[in-house]
Amino acid sequence: MTGRLNLAGRWDAVVDRYNAQPKVAKVLWVTLFVVFVYALPLLRPPILTTNSIDFGGVMFRVIAFALVALGLNIVIGYAGLLDLGYVGFYCVGAYTTGVLTIYHGSWPFFLVLPVAIAVTMLTGVLLGAPTLRVRGDYLAIVTLGFGEIIRICVTNIEWVGAAAGIKNIPHPTGIGAEPKPPFDAGGLFEVPRLTWEGFVPSIDNDHKTAFLAFGSRDAIPYYWLILTTLILVLLGDRMIKASRVGRAWEATREDEDAAELMGVPTFKYKLMAFALGAAIGGLSGSFYASSQSGYINPQSFPLLLSMLFVAAVIVGGSGNRWGAIAGGALVAYLPERFRDFADYRMLFFGLALTILAVWRPEGLLPPRRARRAKAAEEEIEALEDGELEGAHDA
Amino acid sequence: MPEAKALLEVDNATLRFGGLTALNEVSFDIKEGEILGLIGPNGAGKTTCFNAMTGVYQLTSGEIRFDGGSLAKLKRHNITKLGMARTFQNIRLFKAMTVLENVMVGADAHSKVGFWEALFRLPRHRRTESASLARAKELLDLVGITARHDELASNLSYGDQRRLEIARAMATNPKLLCLDEPAAGFNPAEKQRLMELIRKVRDRGVTVLLIEHDMRLVMGVTDRIVVLEFGRKIAEGTPAEIRDNPAVIAAYLGVDEEDAS
Repeated sequence: MTGRLNLAGRWDAVVDRYNAQPKVAKVLWVTLFVVFVYALPLLRPPILTTNSIDFGGVMFRVIAFALVALGLNIVIGYAGLLDLGYVGFYCVGAYTTGVLTIYHGSWPFFLVLPVAIAVTMLTGVLLGAPTLRVRGDYLAIVTLGFGEIIRICVTNIEWVGAAAGIKNIPHPTGIGAEPKPPFDAGGLFEVPRLTWEGFVPSIDNDHKTAFLAFGSRDAIPYYWLILTTLILVLLGDRMIKASRVGRAWEATREDEDAAELMGVPTFKYKLMAFALGAAIGGLSGSFYASSQSGYINPQSFPLLLSMLFVAAVIVGGSGNRWGAIAGGALVAYLPERFRDFADYRMLFFGLALTILAVWRPEGLLPPRRARRAKAAEEEIEALEDGELEGAHDA
Repeated sequence: MPEAKALLEVDNATLRFGGLTALNEVSFDIKEGEILGLIGPNGAGKTTCFNAMTGVYQLTSGEIRFDGGSLAKLKRHNITKLGMARTFQNIRLFKAMTVLENVMVGADAHSKVGFWEALFRLPRHRRTESASLARAKELLDLVGITARHDELASNLSYGDQRRLEIARAMATNPKLLCLDEPAAGFNPAEKQRLMELIRKVRDRGVTVLLIEHDMRLVMGVTDRIVVLEFGRKIAEGTPAEIRDNPAVIAAYLGVDEEDAS
């Protein structure tokens, strides 16, 4: 029992030690960490790197999932609204991008991106305005239906490509020369990556990444783009959470009636959380549509994806932005890592999630509140145990 | 003594739930600056009356006016913004938030800071935030739980939770503070401190409406008392008048006369 909890305890100690550092040291650590994360697909550290599938592509997926989880964390973790149809927003963002960049228009990606965000946000408001009046379980059911409705709609509407989906979605415009297939990668300059013989690194000059051109050969530039977006969203999340908006969300989650009677317009804040979550989902979907393969179809947005998104937030630690990111990353990474197990990879993935849920029910990186509540509980338990023992002695 | 202005007027308030009449043509008013006690046996309609005032229930007929304006059809959070705040009989704090955050939520009631101002940390956000923080800290000091400001609300002792509820309600800057059985479960020393706190609140210019079962506390702290029984008002007057009112004694104090004197 203690051995199992200790690992988690040790990690908490690391977090505490980090929090106790002076501000300069914190900034330094964060900078180092960010640089490391940016360089990760080039460093290709052994053990972490997936060998049977392109690591850059996996890392793109990892960050895309982290971004989705970060958005869903606002809805589930902060405002306490269980949204089981989040994939719907992801889908709307992706299809808006596909439709405007190639299917019915030829707008450049960076012009479409804000439109895709706005459209998903509007979808969120349209879905939220009538449904956020119902609570708890009902909201979960309504959103579950929404996710399916969106998927069925895009399957059947010819205007958005029906079952065939949308092909050849243009990539974002890069910096420097455009890539000229098949051999010229374009970009401003090229960055080599590392290759490892066991644990000995050497520079691999055969696989260079162009900075910053978005072609179909290399996923790493997409990774950098979405990672940058994730960091911006993360900063925004931090600002909003530590403001009256964040407090209003949490108060609504804790006790909606009491919040209302303390002057919080709860419906407005729930709708805001919902729309904001939707917008971030749409943002991620938009990146997904214009990524390396440039192809989306209705099968890219199954119900299962919604469940994985929710699992990411819960496993990571609902209510903690770092938890959501870790959860999203894990949920995207593990199935790829287990690819070596071929047919059994989903089994291992499910096992891993189960073990995590048992080992750390409050999530991988629970919010401060959960940690403190747990600490208080343990304290009380210890006191009660002491009293009981005392009673035995007497 | 000049007649003070009525802050809250309950005018022929009737509230029915199906066949049950919870409030039956109840009328009374609360004058600015007074402490009014609302008493009555269990099920008399005290909390229902509270809920009708704060917009949780809509009246079947009659009207409640606050500061001259009708409260009918107003949203609950807007009633709070008008200047009416309350605590809850069964404590309803934001359990997973810290003590300070709980009070800050109340202090946010009048904040005009919007999403973008918070996102980009614009000047109004900073100003409002520091004002709310100062107000929250001052109120924690008033109720005497400053030392525990960084605890989770759920980790506070029962008495401190009750005190935090008062601080949170006060943070909304009310003209009228409604306390729903604030002394439930308190020992005599705590009740004494609560009486002092209620007086301190009144001395800040806040009118207080107090629902309470404890007669000693009600008699000791209120200026006037309204008595409800089965949804009707059966008496109204100063504590001394109420104590000697035969209808009240029959209905309510009869069983508990010793305690009341």
